[in-house]
Amino acid sequence: MKSRVSRKKALSRPHLALDGLRVIDLSQVYAGPYATKLLADMGAEVIRIECAARSARGGALPKMQPGGAFGASFPDGDTGERSYNRYAYYNEVNRNKLAITLDLSQPLGVDVFKRLVKVSDVVVENFTPRVMVNFGLDYPVLRRVNPKIVMISISGFGQDGPYRDCVAYGEGIEAMTGLSHLTAYSDGAPLKPGVAYADAVSGLHAAFAVLAALRHRRTTGKGQYIDLSMREALTPLLGAAIVDYAMNRRVAKPRGNRHPTMAPHGCYRASGSDRWIAIAVATEEEWRALCGAMGNPPWSHDARFATMPDRLKYQDELDRRIEEWTSRHDHIQLMNTLQNAGVKAGAVLDTAELAADPHLNQRGFFEELTHPEAGMHRYPGVSWKMSRTPGRLRLPAPCFGQHNRYVFGELLGMSDEDIMGLKDAGVTAEEPLPYEEI
Amino acid sequence: MPDQALSGLTALDLSGHISGPYCAKLLCDCGANVIKIEKPPHGDPSRQSGPFPNDEADPETSGLFLLLNTGKKSITLNLESQAGQQIFNKLVEKADVVVESFQPGTLANLGLDYDALSTINPSLIMASITPFGQWGPYRDWDAADIVAQATGGLMWLTGEPDREPLQLPLEQAEYLAGLHAAVAIMTAVYFRDDTGEGQHIDISTQEAVASILEGALTTYDYSGHVMRRVGSRHQQKCPSKVMRARDRFVHIQSGANWDHFATLVEEPKLMEPRLASILRYRYADEVEGLIQPWVASHTAQEIFDTAQEWRIPAAPVLRPDELLDDPQFKAREYFQEIDHPRAGRLTYPGPSFRMSQTPPQLRRAPLLGEHNHEVYRDMLGLSKNEIESLQEKGVI
Repeated sequence: MKSRVSRKKALSRPHLALDGLRVIDLSQVYAGPYATKLLADMGAEVIRIECAARSARGGALPKMQPGGAFGASFPDGDTGERSYNRYAYYNEVNRNKLAITLDLSQPLGVDVFKRLVKVSDVVVENFTPRVMVNFGLDYPVLRRVNPKIVMISISGFGQDGPYRDCVAYGEGIEAMTGLSHLTAYSDGAPLKPGVAYADAVSGLHAAFAVLAALRHRRTTGKGQYIDLSMREALTPLLGAAIVDYAMNRRVAKPRGNRHPTMAPHGCYRASGSDRWIAIAVATEEEWRALCGAMGNPPWSHDARFATMPDRLKYQDELDRRIEEWTSRHDHIQLMNTLQNAGVKAGAVLDTAELAADPHLNQRGFFEELTHPEAGMHRYPGVSWKMSRTPGRLRLPAPCFGQHNRYVFGELLGMSDEDIMGLKDAGVTAEEPLPYEEI
Repeated sequence: MPDQALSGLTALDLSGHISGPYCAKLLCDCGANVIKIEKPPHGDPSRQSGPFPNDEADPETSGLFLLLNTGKKSITLNLESQAGQQIFNKLVEKADVVVESFQPGTLANLGLDYDALSTINPSLIMASITPFGQWGPYRDWDAADIVAQATGGLMWLTGEPDREPLQLPLEQAEYLAGLHAAVAIMTAVYFRDDTGEGQHIDISTQEAVASILEGALTTYDYSGHVMRRVGSRHQQKCPSKVMRARDRFVHIQSGANWDHFATLVEEPKLMEPRLASILRYRYADEVEGLIQPWVASHTAQEIFDTAQEWRIPAAPVLRPDELLDDPQFKAREYFQEIDHPRAGRLTYPGPSFRMSQTPPQLRRAPLLGEHNHEVYRDMLGLSKNEIESLQEKGVI
């Protein structure tokens, strides 16, 4: 309870942890944007650079209701007049950021970008390595503009080596690290995580690396360049499989929902359609607690389930018995009953259930924002709680080019005439180019 | 020693298993002085979890421990004893960061929670990593990784649509919690370097997992649509699927240009307006059916090489062991051989990122209590007699 009191006190303080830090964000899709989301939530001023031809929001769509998961990512399933301002995927990860438009394939765009680099602390990009060089905006150039700049390049394979120019999305990185091979049922083909996992993991490492470089800059005054390969960032998280091969030449196989030393350990059917409960038993005490919660059925005294090695050996039979029990009960009730009995158990929550989860709601995980074109909605909030500088959702995701005037005028001191000149030259844009194929 | 990004930062790692140790490892690889405080006589539980060389259990050779504790110093200290608490308080005076992953309330019962420690050191930053956070109705619940993946929404979205939801392998929720903690700590360090003020960070693994669901939670709020798991497909992009090539599985995706993709897979039917539309996900079965014959008639390497010429991100599905022979990893000298007095020379994944001025460095993991003398004698100035007496009492 103490921490809640101090948290309330902290909310009245004006400071955020990264107040005063300015980040230029050229990144697309999820890896880079997740990194800058973490920085923006903590108070950094993140300025996204977007352009009409390569918009991170996808191109402009006609007003329509396209259906499916894609259609559902627009408010009420409707793309609206400006689809690119109403896209859930973009609006979730880009809250708390500003956005300007700037075409870096034009010399004038490059010139404005350099002026922005002069007054900024960090540049984040996740193009393939040749792109920034082609713009004439690679690190050796930016360092001359601002020796204190910290620049991070996030790419699939890194800035050198035979694969440096290869294109990759998260799925390809997951495939090429062994994660897809291991994300599979024990009798099934390779699958993949249900979200852009390699992107999130890369974004997290990227945010950490940037903050580490900023600490070095604080003590030495020197900026630096960070080369983050998504594949190199994800591989340490599979280290146990690699070191097992290094030690014992053992090749890792998919285990589905099982665990090498725990049984029962799995995902069991609950009552209702497509409802499931995850249960993990690590100790004899937990096993007895599970048996107790099930009402100590006669089968639970079977010698085949007496010890952990036994249960691991007869896991197929064990899982079948447990599922006979779980399938008669509601998954959320099961979670409460089992947790209160001292068994590690969790309902497999879908997104509607997460939105309604009493624990997440009491902790204030979701926060409301009113977006000028998407309306008022709840978003997943700051990923952690901090006692003194909690961070919060302050700004809805920016509309396309929304902060051109602030950045060009206030930040760079350009005159109205110069700003108009950018527009006339096609360096800034009113909206992204339309999708070619609808 | 070359200067590193976090040189001069001292962190006390009280945590066990994966989340906290991975967080503190990131600090350590960047040059922080990380002192791992292990409970005698067994230490970090990951010392028991293996894999072990030749499958012979030995707390000094557990693969998971060796990976997650590179470069740290290890001391043994029993925080449940009064003498242990006094020593811990002395360490806190000299520390910048504490990382812990005990159940909520554990440190408070020992008089070592943030409120107590911050009176000793107001600049202290402390991160507490637990399954459900420090407060709220689930705070006292325990979780294995599969439980965190289930209650964080990741599991619901993973797996085949007609089968049970599927966990990610090798305890990924633990890593997500540790990664979020590491970023949070660094933001707190930034603030402290500005203001001198420390703070407490509360990491809930459930929230760390629920934070990375891409737009799934916002999509629900925007339209009421509950995304479901889609196997190896993508929720929106098509095609995106693991398919069987002539020799092994590959992940097939199209790049920015659909006509390039249709040319690559030699299937002009894909240029029908209906299938050339970005709304082609409505016809995913048909699209995949048209692609499959071409995929099945080529090897994964052929597909990777040709697709890349067209800037199409198709990728072979590799096993983790195959990474050791991968030409890109070799060219970048990613994997590192590190010697260890008990486990010998082993191959470790390298640092997660490269820094031009202050490259992260991997050094071997410590033996249990290896640095007791260095820390207790050199850092805290305890005498030989005092150390021996603590040893006799089982404090260290």
